[in-house]
Amino acid sequence: MLEPNRQGEVWVFAEQEDGVLHDVSLELCGKARDLADRLGVKTGAVLPGAGVGQLAKNLIAHGIDTVYTVDHPRLSHYQTLPYAKVMTTLIEKHRPQICIVGATSIGRDLAPRVASTLRAGLTADCTDLDISDVTDPRTKEEHKNLLLQIRPAFGGNIIATIVNFDQWPQMATVREGVMALKPADTSRTGRVVEEKVEIDDASMAIKLIQRHIEPRKVNLKGARVIVAGGGGIGSRDNFKLLYDLAGAIGGAVGASRAAVDSGFIGKEHQIGQTGTTVRPALYIAVGISGAVQHRAGMEESAKIIAINTDGDAPIFGVAHYGIVGDYKEIIPTMIKAIKAKA
Amino acid sequence: MAYDSIVCVKQVPDTANITAEAMKEDGTVNRAALPTIFNPEDLHALETALEVRDQYGGTVTVITMGPPKAADVLRDCLFRGADRAILLTDRKAAASDTLATSYILGQAIRTIGRYDLVFCGRQAIDGDTAQVGPQCAEKLGIPQVTYLEQFVSIHDRVARIRRNIGHGWEIVDVKLPAMITVIETANKPRPQAAKRVMKMKSARVPAEVAAEVKAAMPDASEEQLAAETKCRVDALKAAGLLIEQWDLAAINADLERCGLSGSPTKVHRIQAIVLTKEGYTDIPANETGIRQLVHELVVDRTWG
Repeated sequence: MLEPNRQGEVWVFAEQEDGVLHDVSLELCGKARDLADRLGVKTGAVLPGAGVGQLAKNLIAHGIDTVYTVDHPRLSHYQTLPYAKVMTTLIEKHRPQICIVGATSIGRDLAPRVASTLRAGLTADCTDLDISDVTDPRTKEEHKNLLLQIRPAFGGNIIATIVNFDQWPQMATVREGVMALKPADTSRTGRVVEEKVEIDDASMAIKLIQRHIEPRKVNLKGARVIVAGGGGIGSRDNFKLLYDLAGAIGGAVGASRAAVDSGFIGKEHQIGQTGTTVRPALYIAVGISGAVQHRAGMEESAKIIAINTDGDAPIFGVAHYGIVGDYKEIIPTMIKAIKAKA
Repeated sequence: MAYDSIVCVKQVPDTANITAEAMKEDGTVNRAALPTIFNPEDLHALETALEVRDQYGGTVTVITMGPPKAADVLRDCLFRGADRAILLTDRKAAASDTLATSYILGQAIRTIGRYDLVFCGRQAIDGDTAQVGPQCAEKLGIPQVTYLEQFVSIHDRVARIRRNIGHGWEIVDVKLPAMITVIETANKPRPQAAKRVMKMKSARVPAEVAAEVKAAMPDASEEQLAAETKCRVDALKAAGLLIEQWDLAAINADLERCGLSGSPTKVHRIQAIVLTKEGYTDIPANETGIRQLVHELVVDRTWG
């Protein structure tokens, strides 16, 4: 167990696959920068891989002060045990106060393993991170500058703020798209520190036999406009109307978990805490009640239009424009109005 | 060659079907008023273990941590074909976060002793953290394979598994023993077997028996209650219908690592989601209103 180190850096796990940094890692570099500036400390990123050292400058451009590279042929593909060994070794050596990891399939495999070895706390899928003084209600002791780890819980019916008083580092995972990707500043300077970590045979318990990567068919993240449907759409056939609207305005079609779970549309369309997080210029939520898990994935959209028969649906709480009524009548009218403008 | 599996399962509140009745006046969730269900992905973990047993032989032991009521999910496992079920229940385990929970489960699995495979659902619907499986693997010092979508085969104590990595899949070989977490597309859980339901519907853990005795004999003394409970427990045991119940002492757990004291993450604040309705422009659901909206969006260059 590691004691709190208040001079410790704010770290990001730099996830790369086949020599390409994951977007979420760059998003987290920007967040780490904010947190570190508020704490008056430096930022660090751990970059394990085989021959990926050239990625360090991009991490620095996104706000990192020190990139700790670990270059080893056994790190060429992500594997739990060798990567966990790298993280635990470096965390024990440098004792960062915060360590944030992208909540990707890799990050959600890695972070709990690392936290368990260190006996540190870990909060999954945070939708916000903040710094604040917190008094422990049991000991009445005030802890300065703790990381507030904010996430929906209990099926999205509550928002919980989690803290970790004394078993550091304070660890959290954050989903892709939740933190804004800040523009790179190529004039920033930073250090690159080459670290050596021994990867023994016992760490190589898993052998990769075959790997198949599917190209992303739905580009929700890149869409300027998203038309998203929820359980209220009622059927797979009815989703066609949403495709028509998306087609009329050059948008992509998204969905809530309820619509995906009901089989109306594929999981690759899912927006929300489990699914893709988006921030388009315009988000049209149709027949979506607006559970907080869904809202966590879209409420940063610049403009939100909510269409729902239930005027009390929580989606209206985040909407800029609300239309209470039957989408089957509203959408054709909308398409007509758009075509008239074009 | 036969393989022994342990499956970790959880009883969870049905968070997907929260109704108005389950909300307290202050807008928070009233857990007690919520129906409980078998955590969905854990059913797929159980099915994977049963399929391994069907094909290669061996045993399936299920374990759950929770209050005595969690014996419901253990009975469900027995009805579907599990060989052995264990309830881990102890007030001192309450308020455990994922680190403390994985420590306790790890101790319980060590207490069971021999195993080749440990299966868990990827995540539970009340927390959605997906942390307990990997953390439990770390506590046991065994490799983990997360997001199983197909159990391909086992050969010479090496399991071949296809795992879903979000934007594709990979097939990996892992030496046993190993921890596997299972996702819902992996298989279709078998239904409860009618014969097994008939045979085992009266299976109980001792804590349930004690509660039943207390309800049946409201005026009895403590000694009478204890005697009647022991009598019923012995009868169930003789009939092979007693579900094992372990506390933290039975698994030799260090209490400092359990419950609140073993949990580094603390809940600082809980905010109920209050349904607010303010701050948006109400657009009439007619042609004029929608035309006006489209016009506004064109003018402010949202579309353009």
